[in-house]
Amino acid sequence: MNVYAPILVLGIIAAAFAVLSVGIAPFTGPKRYNRAKLDSYECGIEPTPQPAGGGRVSVKYFITAMLFIVFDIEIIFLYPFAVAFDQLGWFGLIEMVIFIGTVFVAYAYVWRRGGLEWD
Amino acid sequence: MTALTGAVLAQNALSAADLPQIGAPAIEYGTLSPVLAITATALIGVLVEAGAPRRARFGLQSAVAIVGILAALAATVWVSIHDLGKVSFEGTDLLARGKTVAEGALVVDGPTVFLWGLLLVFALVSMLMFAERGLEGGLSGFTGQAAVAPGGAGEREATMAGIEHTEIFPLAMFALLGMMVFPASNDLLTMFVALEVLSLPLYLLCGLARRRRLLSQEAAVKYFLLGAFSSAFFLYGIALVYGYSGSFTLAAIDTAVSNQIAGQNLLLAGMALISVGLLFKVSAVPFQAWTPDVYQGAPTAVTAFMAAGTKVAAFGALLRVFFVGFGGAQWDWRPLMMIVAVLTMVVGAVVLIRQTDVKRMLAYSAIAHSGFILTAFAGAYEGSAGTATITSVSAVMFYLAVYGFSTIGAFAIATLVRDGGGEVGHLARWAGLGRESPVLAGVFALFMLSFAGIPLTAGFMGKWTVFSAAWSGYAWPLVVAGVLTSAVAAYFYVRVIVLMFFADPEGDGPTVAVPSVMTSAVIAVTAAVTIVLGIVPGPVLDLAQNAGTFVR
Repeated sequence: MNVYAPILVLGIIAAAFAVLSVGIAPFTGPKRYNRAKLDSYECGIEPTPQPAGGGRVSVKYFITAMLFIVFDIEIIFLYPFAVAFDQLGWFGLIEMVIFIGTVFVAYAYVWRRGGLEWD
Repeated sequence: MTALTGAVLAQNALSAADLPQIGAPAIEYGTLSPVLAITATALIGVLVEAGAPRRARFGLQSAVAIVGILAALAATVWVSIHDLGKVSFEGTDLLARGKTVAEGALVVDGPTVFLWGLLLVFALVSMLMFAERGLEGGLSGFTGQAAVAPGGAGEREATMAGIEHTEIFPLAMFALLGMMVFPASNDLLTMFVALEVLSLPLYLLCGLARRRRLLSQEAAVKYFLLGAFSSAFFLYGIALVYGYSGSFTLAAIDTAVSNQIAGQNLLLAGMALISVGLLFKVSAVPFQAWTPDVYQGAPTAVTAFMAAGTKVAAFGALLRVFFVGFGGAQWDWRPLMMIVAVLTMVVGAVVLIRQTDVKRMLAYSAIAHSGFILTAFAGAYEGSAGTATITSVSAVMFYLAVYGFSTIGAFAIATLVRDGGGEVGHLARWAGLGRESPVLAGVFALFMLSFAGIPLTAGFMGKWTVFSAAWSGYAWPLVVAGVLTSAVAAYFYVRVIVLMFFADPEGDGPTVAVPSVMTSAVIAVTAAVTIVLGIVPGPVLDLAQNAGTFVR
């Protein structure tokens, strides 16, 4: 078990740090509220108007989520490629260009068919 | 402590030295060219969708799909010459020829190439049906705008404006890609990915019918939910088999199974779950419930594509997994598969008798035919050197060829018998079709005779090959059951013929629409193949025989 002891210690330190900083923030931080701060957070853009009662999410988010998957898949493959970049050489580079090209085919479709327009 | 660390590392078969070594994989682009051609076709289709003006899209898309399939067919022929070696046309050749490619993810061997050819031809014929625009007043048989409510104002507007979904072609190409990779997979994970790639576009295509859209959407939802369930079963089975054998590759699983490296429980459970996933796709009883609803609701062109293509792909994968991966455990799975085969034949044939809708009738016919193919599979006859008897693999492949052509042809005819509300589904309305259009009714009768397995049609040769393979594998009870259920089913098929030619039409009788050259070509080709394979089956049977066995 000794091999894993440092990992355990690191885990405990990380958890303690997270709990401590979240726990201490309400007591030490300044509290100056304004309208923007109380709005729901949507990646920095203006919040989408919602119908009265509020419970429903616009179907437009569906396309956003689908588009997210396109880039999600891309990064899943890009990351290991970046790690082994020098060993894969030209083969890896050319294959990745082809791969990104095919990903952008999906992106081009979404763009041309108006998937990026909000209204 | 160091000894312990060393033991841990050795157990994981990873040492610090070989961790960062990631070499470039070898990809055999030439051998994979048919698959790559279809991938490129699908991607070009998406780009056309993004770039081409609306008016030009339909023609452009169908042209891209057809040219792409033809290119892939040419590539398949090239691969068969280049990679499979010399084919001897003398007797049975049990050599496994071909090789594993893409770092062992896929295997291109005789059966793979034969099934690729079959899939591409079926896809080509189906694309002609997809491209048919003569039956709905210049529009395709697919809905104009899938996103608007059925029967609403939006639908009428889309029809008036002549809007069409041309995404059907790239979607079909992606499905075809999955179908081609599915039986060629050499490891279970690749197979699962291929299963999803082939299924997802089909779920979508099923919901796109122009007429009876609610029924079509119902079919899509049912197919999707049940398909997702079966995929989950399949995946769970893969996990259990991995737990047993420690590998996804079929060859490694075979080694583990043959050497019985552990208790059998994990293996048996895994095999059962994997077979659920695969038997669902071939619509074998008791996993057949989706078939009639989906076949009936889906646009008829999609039904034809799906009925022929999915069956080819799924049977190819079923054979590969069970013959290559689980071959050592065949005394565990064969009895079960025999029960499934008998059940499938009996349920298919008996329920068939009660059908009143043409497309549901063809669906139950598909189920019964799955049962016939399963007899050869459960017979598991792998041939013996020097004899010219038909092996299970070649029997199944030949039957798939025969069945695919007849079924696409039958569905093509089903698109032509129409009234004001679209295709006429109810069989009673088909009464007197022989007077309205003797040629069409005659061709449909030919397909019915082929389904029934009457001599001089392709269906007879198909049944003869699968039963003889089952017989060689000492599965004679299956052959008896097969012949009996064939007789039961034949009664129904003959009744359809009698109905078309000798019954009085209801009211004005059915109308036979005049199709464009597309559907006419489909019917002509499929009918010709059904006759030719019945009279001179030799060349295709030789091809299936010479495809040899699976590369392990």
